[in-house]
Amino acid sequence: MAGVLLADAQNLSVLDPAGPPAESIRGLFVLVSAITFGIFLLVEGVLIYSLVTGRRRAGPTDPEPPQVYGSKPIEIAWTAGPALVVFVLILLVGRVIWEIQPNPDRPPPGAEPLRVTVVGHQWWWEYRYESYNGRELGFVTANELHIPTGEVGTPRPVYLTLQSADVCHSFWVPRLGGKTDLLPGRTNQMWIQTDEPGVYLGQCAEYCGTQHAHMLLRVVAEPPAAFEKWLAAEAAPAADDPAGRAGKAEFLSLSCVNCHTIRGTTARGTFGPDLTHLMARQTLAAGTTPNSPADLRRWVNNPQQAKPGCLMPAFALTDRNLTLAVDYLETLR
Amino acid sequence: MATAEIEPAALPAAESRPPWTAVLHEWVVTVDHKKIGILYVLMAVGFILVAGAAAVMMRLQLWAPNLALVPPTTFNQFFTLHGTTMVFFVGMPLLIGIANFAVPLMIGARDMAFPRLNAFGFWATLFGGLLVYFSLVVPGGPPTIGWFAYAPLTENSFARGPGVDCWALGLIVSGLGTTTAAINFIVTILSLRCPGMTLRKVPFFVWVMFWTSVQILVVMPPLTAALTMLEFDRQLGAHFFDTQAGGSAYLWQHLFWFFGHPEVYILVLPAFGMISEVVPVFSRKVLFGYEFMAAATAAIAFISLGVWAHHMFAVGMSRALDLFFAAASMLVSIPTGIKLFNWLATVYGGKLVLKSPMLFALGFLSMFVIGGLTGIILACAPVDLQVTDTYFVVGHFHWVLIGGTVFGIFSAIHYWYPKATGRMLSERLAKWQFWLLFLGFILTFAPMHVAGILGMPRRIYTYGPGRGWELWNQLATLGALLQAPSYLIFAYNIVTSLWKGKVAGDDPWDAWTLEWATTSPPPAYNFAVVPTVKSRRPLWDLKHPDDPDWKYE
Amino acid sequence: MTDLSPPPPEVLPESAAAPPDHTAGVEGRPEPHKAGMVCFLVSEAAFFSTLIMAYVIFLRHGSAGPTPDEALSLPLVLGNTACLLASSATVHLAERSLRKGNVGAFRLLWAATILLGVLFLVGTAVEWRGLIRDHGLTIGVNLFGTTYYTLVGFHAFHVTLGVLALAAVLGVSARGLLPGTAPLPVTLVGWYWHFVDVVWVVVFLVVYVLGR
Repeated sequence: MAGVLLADAQNLSVLDPAGPPAESIRGLFVLVSAITFGIFLLVEGVLIYSLVTGRRRAGPTDPEPPQVYGSKPIEIAWTAGPALVVFVLILLVGRVIWEIQPNPDRPPPGAEPLRVTVVGHQWWWEYRYESYNGRELGFVTANELHIPTGEVGTPRPVYLTLQSADVCHSFWVPRLGGKTDLLPGRTNQMWIQTDEPGVYLGQCAEYCGTQHAHMLLRVVAEPPAAFEKWLAAEAAPAADDPAGRAGKAEFLSLSCVNCHTIRGTTARGTFGPDLTHLMARQTLAAGTTPNSPADLRRWVNNPQQAKPGCLMPAFALTDRNLTLAVDYLETLR
Repeated sequence: MATAEIEPAALPAAESRPPWTAVLHEWVVTVDHKKIGILYVLMAVGFILVAGAAAVMMRLQLWAPNLALVPPTTFNQFFTLHGTTMVFFVGMPLLIGIANFAVPLMIGARDMAFPRLNAFGFWATLFGGLLVYFSLVVPGGPPTIGWFAYAPLTENSFARGPGVDCWALGLIVSGLGTTTAAINFIVTILSLRCPGMTLRKVPFFVWVMFWTSVQILVVMPPLTAALTMLEFDRQLGAHFFDTQAGGSAYLWQHLFWFFGHPEVYILVLPAFGMISEVVPVFSRKVLFGYEFMAAATAAIAFISLGVWAHHMFAVGMSRALDLFFAAASMLVSIPTGIKLFNWLATVYGGKLVLKSPMLFALGFLSMFVIGGLTGIILACAPVDLQVTDTYFVVGHFHWVLIGGTVFGIFSAIHYWYPKATGRMLSERLAKWQFWLLFLGFILTFAPMHVAGILGMPRRIYTYGPGRGWELWNQLATLGALLQAPSYLIFAYNIVTSLWKGKVAGDDPWDAWTLEWATTSPPPAYNFAVVPTVKSRRPLWDLKHPDDPDWKYE
Repeated sequence: MTDLSPPPPEVLPESAAAPPDHTAGVEGRPEPHKAGMVCFLVSEAAFFSTLIMAYVIFLRHGSAGPTPDEALSLPLVLGNTACLLASSATVHLAERSLRKGNVGAFRLLWAATILLGVLFLVGTAVEWRGLIRDHGLTIGVNLFGTTYYTLVGFHAFHVTLGVLALAAVLGVSARGLLPGTAPLPVTLVGWYWHFVDVVWVVVFLVVYVLGR
């Protein structure tokens, strides 16, 4: 199962949709591509024909060809033809625009909507889970967005409220739908939905500074039961594992707490990602590295190595401090 | 150019030539539209080599996943400089420079309307460019904002060094130069046409330059205003785009694209004009449907002022606005289609002369259509939501700007070089240049479309393995390496042909517009006697007194 | 149709060797300098439209600091506006006097225009002094300050340029170097001045009437 999920997660093709908005867009994309390909063949065909015949009478002794100044009927024909195509295209485009941007305040009947506020940061994603099927949630996590899959009769649309904490970003999971930007000072809405469990990889799609390339995100779509389990685990405060006690005291004395929150402790910073359930995530640093103990240690030791220019500095921790802090982080399941 | 009229074989011995300082002085203080045009082109050739080198570096960095050849900040500086340079200091100067050389000659005028303003325009553009590149030596180096410089990345909180200031001030200065050039073209075309040349009888390139200049006149000042606001933010503590104090990132996008989209047409319309000169001459036929072509040009100039927000479908405008801008963008395809069909009709039934200008023109005709068609795909707002800001868009606009603008420019340079210098370019080198460019260009930018569809965003300095992007990036990099020599061959050809080229004579292409009636290179005053014309092809009339054009127009 | 190729250099007419008056156009074509001025004013209009749009967009968007209703006072601005409108009239009358050949009246009215322009600038300076000292409104205080000083400042900058241009024309005229009854500098500077006035009318309506 894990292997299959990983292979899926590597697929970002817009032609392989897994949800209704992406599906509608693919339909339009294929149709328009077919139309334009037809025009392409026509134009290149005429061009090549004219080229071949034109070369045949290109000898130095050949006379100048007849001078044809134009033709009104022909001009009208090749104005009207494309105009008709354009008109049809505009109608189609209008339909799809309305299809993929439904009103989040009026979910379809029988739906169990999930509402999440997404906040873009340089260079990671903050997810504030607001409500699921009318139930208030109110916890925060980062970079990996878990959503429930729908079933026949019970669609589970996910309505995202998009904001930015600093510069412009863009939320994009190609297999689930088009992009919507996150602009500072503005709030945008977006809709994704899928019935297929799996991991859907995405990435910030608006240039947002030095590490724009490493602002990845993943959407984990799970069947409702698994999703409920994840919700319950995420909503709980951080684990207080005896194995991490020594490390916890050490961690809370470090400057990590200025930027990171670990719910249930005194770490309440909001500049960096919430670490309450860090070990439940598959990757670190917004998809930059896998979340393995070795990678975690390397990351904490010097974030500038894996993600040069990122806003988390290397704190030059002593070996002992580093071990204690990482030991503690590893208990945050 | 006191020696210009003397037969080159009879050039005086070296010691009697003016010293190089005198020649330099003459070129620096010149107000002759032909020399200024050549200066523009030389400046652009210099910048194209620099910005092209940046492009090659970026392609090498993207050759394989997780390479560390170019660090992230440097990569971001590269694409900022590459985009800015190619648009403002390569594309526009080439078009304005070529037009500067050709337009007065084509309308039988002795110079531009305001020769000193013309010189100012060139020097402002050059110094604007140098100011942008001055950022190379300031603390923090060149800006890392991309050519469309989305706020608030440009604000003090995110860009502390003076790099952004060099960039913004450089663009303000060069923008003033461009605006003066536009004023000069409009007035020259309106006021200085030779007797008999009504506005309906101007050569098509001249007509196109008129509308391009109108566009520049309307959209360049808003960019200047937006850049001024940005500098007020950075230097005086204003808050236009300072989102932390209520400023608007959204406003910057509107202001920038109100300039930025017409800019694309500013870059491609003159190429349309160049093609419309070259294709008839080398097909030995009159341009098909001049009136419809002329109307289509004006239509593009107008419609393109109302399509800018198709760059902003993803910012969450509203469904109605999305539809409006999608519809307006698709409307542009109608007049563009008219042009394409008319060029095809001109080639059809012609007697094709496959000299280098026509080779590039055919490259234009076969490739520009693809850029136009992917443009229709992108105008479908929902599809745009998927592929905007991916390599699909990078592929698309390079297809328009190289497949359209660059092929058009090379066609024009190969066409008018003999007129400007009195020497022919080497056809052998031109063919090498063409085929390397043609194949390299397709190999570079076609795979980018695929990478975009596979989900690769633009402006990322690296990417992870296993997403199916490797192959397409490697093809694109190979394409860039194939393309790069063609520009060097071009630079070599235009330099060495100055003395190695065959002597051109007045009218090497047996062409029909006025510039071919004077000597090559033309004297400073262009025409000893101001000509009088009766049709759009005065030299055709002269060469075919039995069957002149004015009987049919 | 005449032969278009130029004669060989040695038989060139004297007049062609010297820089010809290339702007001597064809009958019925627009006068180049006038056409150029119109183009320049179109670009200026595009520039000011952008600033005005930014002002309108940010109107009532500020949170802290003085608002237009609190800070802007009409009486002073009405005086300013009167100066500028009157100056449009004087510049027009000056041109008319010159066309009638009355150079003395022209110079007097032209000087009056300069004076009114300077008065406008002084009025603006007084207004800004009040805004800064009494209301603490600077360009960095809030969005109102940002857009207000940018828009009104750029207009005042254009008035300043206009005053300098007017003064230059007056200087040339005083030395008796202005030929004819409708010399180009007078016409062109006149157009520019009218344009600056029209921009002010729009600025006045947007900032002081609709925006308060």
